[in-house]
Amino acid sequence: MTPMSDWAAGLIGGAMIGLAALMVMALLGRIAGISGIVGTVIDRLTRKPTHGTGGAADGAADGAADGFGWRVTFLVGLVVGPLIFAAARGGEAVPIRLDVGWPLLIIGGLLVGFGTRLGAGCTSGHGVCGLARLSPRSLAATAIFFGAALVTVFVTRHLFGWGG
Amino acid sequence: MAIRTTLAGAGAGLLFGGGLALSGMMDPGRVIGFLDIARLVGDGVWDPTLGFVMLGALLVTLPGFAVLRRQAVPAFAAKFEWPTRRDIDARLVAGALMFGVGWGLVGFCPGPALAALSSGLGPVALFAGAMLVGMLLFRLSVWSTR
Repeated sequence: MTPMSDWAAGLIGGAMIGLAALMVMALLGRIAGISGIVGTVIDRLTRKPTHGTGGAADGAADGAADGFGWRVTFLVGLVVGPLIFAAARGGEAVPIRLDVGWPLLIIGGLLVGFGTRLGAGCTSGHGVCGLARLSPRSLAATAIFFGAALVTVFVTRHLFGWGG
Repeated sequence: MAIRTTLAGAGAGLLFGGGLALSGMMDPGRVIGFLDIARLVGDGVWDPTLGFVMLGALLVTLPGFAVLRRQAVPAFAAKFEWPTRRDIDARLVAGALMFGVGWGLVGFCPGPALAALSSGLGPVALFAGAMLVGMLLFRLSVWSTR
């Protein structure tokens, strides 16, 4: 496969993400926010039984009704998609460069997980979907998390000299 | 469990994950390359790709959602669950701030972090695991409504 220029790959990859978000809304009636999808699965797995016998049959029935199934298969697809992409271009793995140590990986992960649930969305839910709906909440959230990320990168990498 | 909703979820997830891989956004190095605006000046090389990814996605979702807004019901569900809130409250601001700091520290947001689990790399799993713990801590916190 001929190497694609970065901006073209970005535009086409972005359009694929947008198309996935359209699929989720057109077919399932939901916003395709990754933090919302993962968070809903976590909430569902940790929910205390409030009715029924709490058996496996109850769980299966609830699963179909509250959209547990499509969220799980979406997340499986999210992990398998890059493997298919890598296979399609001859088995060359997608490069992943992480340049911070384990303490920052843990702190960053906790902040991203807790923050996206408290703020009800991440780059996909607020960024891709919310901006397209012209939502003032999502516009504010996107401006804030982009601003916070820009400042964080500047402070940690240029003032503290972390990473890189 | 309805097979068509399960397949719809899988198809959308594959497309989302493939798009993240093609765009280069699974690589925190590329994301930091965009967020590091100090590279715009001096001798660094700033990476505009994340901007093109957002543009490519919005070029699809902006007209697409406008069309879907006029539809009565989704294909495989009882109704469209369009978010209705428009207020900007303290939780939204605090959550977005926390998320932005975590994103800037590492270069991973939730979608790419999960998609990058496909690499089998230990540090990716550590970040993704901490992210899931963060979501669980929120769920156990007084701010969770579920």
